[in-house]
Amino acid sequence: MTSGFDAALAILGLAAVTAVARGFFLFPRRAWTVPSWLQRSLQLAPLAALVAVLAPEIFMANGHLVTTWRDARLPAALGATLWYAWRPGVLGPLIVGLCVYLPLRLLFGW
Amino acid sequence: MSPSLRALGDDPQFRRGVADIAPFAPGIAAWGIVTGVAMVQSGLDIRLALLMSLTVFAGTAQLASLPILAAGAPLWVLWATAFCVNLRFVIFSAQWRIYLEHLPRGRRVVLGYFLADLNLLVFQKAWPSGVAEPGQVAYAIGGATIWAVWQLASIAGICAASLVPVHWGLGFAGTLSMLGLAYGLLVDRKAQLAAVVAAAAAIAAFALPLKLNILVAIAAAVVAGELMDRAQRAGRRPQGAA
Repeated sequence: MTSGFDAALAILGLAAVTAVARGFFLFPRRAWTVPSWLQRSLQLAPLAALVAVLAPEIFMANGHLVTTWRDARLPAALGATLWYAWRPGVLGPLIVGLCVYLPLRLLFGW
Repeated sequence: MSPSLRALGDDPQFRRGVADIAPFAPGIAAWGIVTGVAMVQSGLDIRLALLMSLTVFAGTAQLASLPILAAGAPLWVLWATAFCVNLRFVIFSAQWRIYLEHLPRGRRVVLGYFLADLNLLVFQKAWPSGVAEPGQVAYAIGGATIWAVWQLASIAGICAASLVPVHWGLGFAGTLSMLGLAYGLLVDRKAQLAAVVAAAAAIAAFALPLKLNILVAIAAAVVAGELMDRAQRAGRRPQGAA
């Protein structure tokens, strides 16, 4: 359970991160342009950060690569991926993924 | 305050801003519910989940920060990762600057806080000229009203989540929605390469302390993208190797 002062501090820091990111170029008194090399490297960072958080959440358990197919997360991610290939979006893959995940987990204990 | 608010409500551009963002409300609501559920199921207590929803107001960064919070990583790793997820807003803020330039700095920054991905998308469709025009601020504020939809949905998710037993593992819903978001960013070969590199690096470096594997993965992906850029530029030269 995450609770207490430390967690509240962590969350308020995250709020500051949002404010700084959204206000980044709104804050300076004078406008300035983003150098193109910076813009280019910034382009990939959000995707990389997402994937870096995601990949271990799907493929690892207790600090190790998952070695069995009997893990509800794998077929769920596969189902979500196939759905995305057919109908891109966020909601569709999520619903399909959960429809695979919940029965496998609750009925078969995967 | 209230007379100016009423004036805003009567402003046709404000109303147009509300009307243009309204079709997205169901999607935003669903996404808010998932985020609310994921926050509680990942172990945040209800008060903290509410605090996060009301102050952080950045769904992707919220979802991405949940596993890091649960792992008890140091704050700077948490914040650095969230900032990387939020980097697109840094770029967006340069766009918004064009339209909000004439506002006093304080108002510019406060309004900017409420303007997320969808707002810029809808705004740029409505004002295709790309230059400052009268009525744009009222329009942007109209679009920002989607904040209320997001918050109500997120709070509903927070309340519903505490009714669902933790062993259902519904926190995985957050992971699944991040998956869809990540696929949406795979726009070209470079992005695909960066994603594969980031995934491999995050898993390979998982044993690093402090959740540093995430920062390692971001760095590796950015470098891989840069190398691919250079290789493509070299390949474009007439005598360059394929």
